Amino acid sequence: MATKAAGRPNQLFRNLNAKIASIPMIFTALVVFVGGTTWTIVYSFTNSKLLPRLRFVGLDQYERLWSTPKWLVSIENLLIYGILSLVFSVIIGFILAALLDQKIRFENTFRTIILYPFALSFIVTGLVWQWMLNPDFGVQQVVRNLGWESFTFNPLYDQRIVIYGILIAGLWQGTGLVMCLMLAGLRGIDEDIWKAARIDGIPMWKTYLFIVIPMMRPVFITTLVIIASGIVRLYDLVVAQTSGGPGIASEVPAKYVYDSMFLAQNLGQGFAASTMMLLTVAIVVVPWAYLEFGGRAKRG
Amino acid sequence: MAEAVLARQPKAGSRAEARGARPRPMLSRRNIVVYGTLFVVSVYYLLPLYVMVVTSLKGMPEIRMGNVFSPPLEITFEPWVKAWATACTGLNCDGLSRGFWNSVRITVPSVIISIAIASVNGYALANWRFKGANIFFTILIVGAFIPYQVMIYPIVIILREMGVYGTLTGLVIVHSIFGMPILTLLFRNYFASVPEELFKAARVDGAGFWAIYFKIMMPMSLPIFVVAIILQVTGIWNDFLFGVVYTKPDTYPMTVQLNNIVNSVQGVKEYNVNMAATILTGLVPLVVYFVSGKLFVRGIAAGAVKG
Repeated sequence: MATKAAGRPNQLFRNLNAKIASIPMIFTALVVFVGGTTWTIVYSFTNSKLLPRLRFVGLDQYERLWSTPKWLVSIENLLIYGILSLVFSVIIGFILAALLDQKIRFENTFRTIILYPFALSFIVTGLVWQWMLNPDFGVQQVVRNLGWESFTFNPLYDQRIVIYGILIAGLWQGTGLVMCLMLAGLRGIDEDIWKAARIDGIPMWKTYLFIVIPMMRPVFITTLVIIASGIVRLYDLVVAQTSGGPGIASEVPAKYVYDSMFLAQNLGQGFAASTMMLLTVAIVVVPWAYLEFGGRAKRG
Repeated sequence: MAEAVLARQPKAGSRAEARGARPRPMLSRRNIVVYGTLFVVSVYYLLPLYVMVVTSLKGMPEIRMGNVFSPPLEITFEPWVKAWATACTGLNCDGLSRGFWNSVRITVPSVIISIAIASVNGYALANWRFKGANIFFTILIVGAFIPYQVMIYPIVIILREMGVYGTLTGLVIVHSIFGMPILTLLFRNYFASVPEELFKAARVDGAGFWAIYFKIMMPMSLPIFVVAIILQVTGIWNDFLFGVVYTKPDTYPMTVQLNNIVNSVQGVKEYNVNMAATILTGLVPLVVYFVSGKLFVRGIAAGAVKG
């Protein structure tokens, strides 16, 4: 209304309502996201302990960070977990979606079953899988009872493989969402393309690989975005399932940050660690965001 | 299975019919593979739920004798009662009920506020784009990737300055902020897919920003609102990190309290009580999911395909 009444109004008041409606977004974007991030980065160069203090010590916090075994283990765990869960959830998700897309019966039932863990929290997921993988009563014991006495599958109490125990739980929780996104993408593919491919005698797997998947590029991007942002945040699952143990074998960066800030009262370390997390994400996301949104803005 | 086979055929009379897929016998290799795989996968996905339920219905002696999969010989609801009313976290021994009501008081306002903000935002971005809007939006989306850990402490300071640190109000603000990127994206994409002619027609008729929003966009996009509600209810109910950072033991949401009950180091582990507590915490999002399953999926489709 403001836009019309003023005829040719000055720039600031054009589209005023939209601007008013966007105030929360602008506040969040500028104050919380940009401001908060900058604040944390600046304070990561100080020796803040219990309270944030502007006493700069250069790169001390980072040097200490990278010589802390707990942090190194955290990074390694996040890499293993991140890569594997990205790969597996996309592959499994796509295959399940393709199976559900075969015009089968009970599609709704299958989909409901595969997606339901996504509704559960990481805490619940972690606790259930902690119990499932319990060495005395869980999967290991069940297999042993079947007669395979020496069977050992005890990820949560084995330092070398504990992160895979967490991966199992993470995949159980998250694959359903990927499947759903992929299924939506598959349903968006024109039926005529399938007909054309069939007429040309192209085998089904080739149609998927060379025609359908390239057409689903936006869906894949959305999916990757969603999974990737979830992976960096990996925290609750670890807390619930192993509390970082045994020892420090399943620590993750997010937990390192929380522990330094709120338990060890070592704010500087927490800021440095979180800045490192940010840097890792930035290396991956900035080029992507530039390509994706920079390109789109130009098109209109 | 005959229907499925028939459905695969192209419509009668279409030109593709002659070259279409051959009719398949019911027990074709393809069907066995498809249904077999899906069946095995389903069993795998259902196992943890089954284990939770059976464990919570057993007594402790029975748990110690058997394994996680064995069905209960004697069903008892004791663990459920204990988990709800008397399980201990630290010094409080009033069970999960406290966390449950805290979670309710956190979730309801957070969902309403975050959706109200994000839907109007998405609408402004889709239909009333002003200069610079896309810059903020890009920051917002990129901001969704910033690990929460980076912003946790500055927000602690902001909330402390506002005098709401450690209260439920503070947590509601935090949820509204962090729900914004994904919800705004969802709404923006949805509103952008609404035919522009509708919007233009309303403009010609003299409707303004809010009139179009309330009279045209909102009624047209009920599904996406339901999707947003589902996403937010489950997301906020399931949150752990913000709960543990921004609240005190008295105001802990259910997830935090659950974790404290189960992973407390003191006392004998009561697996049945733990599992009952776990189900109780997962119950709200599960009910939401099972009641609205179809809309959930349809909405994800709307949000995702547009990318």
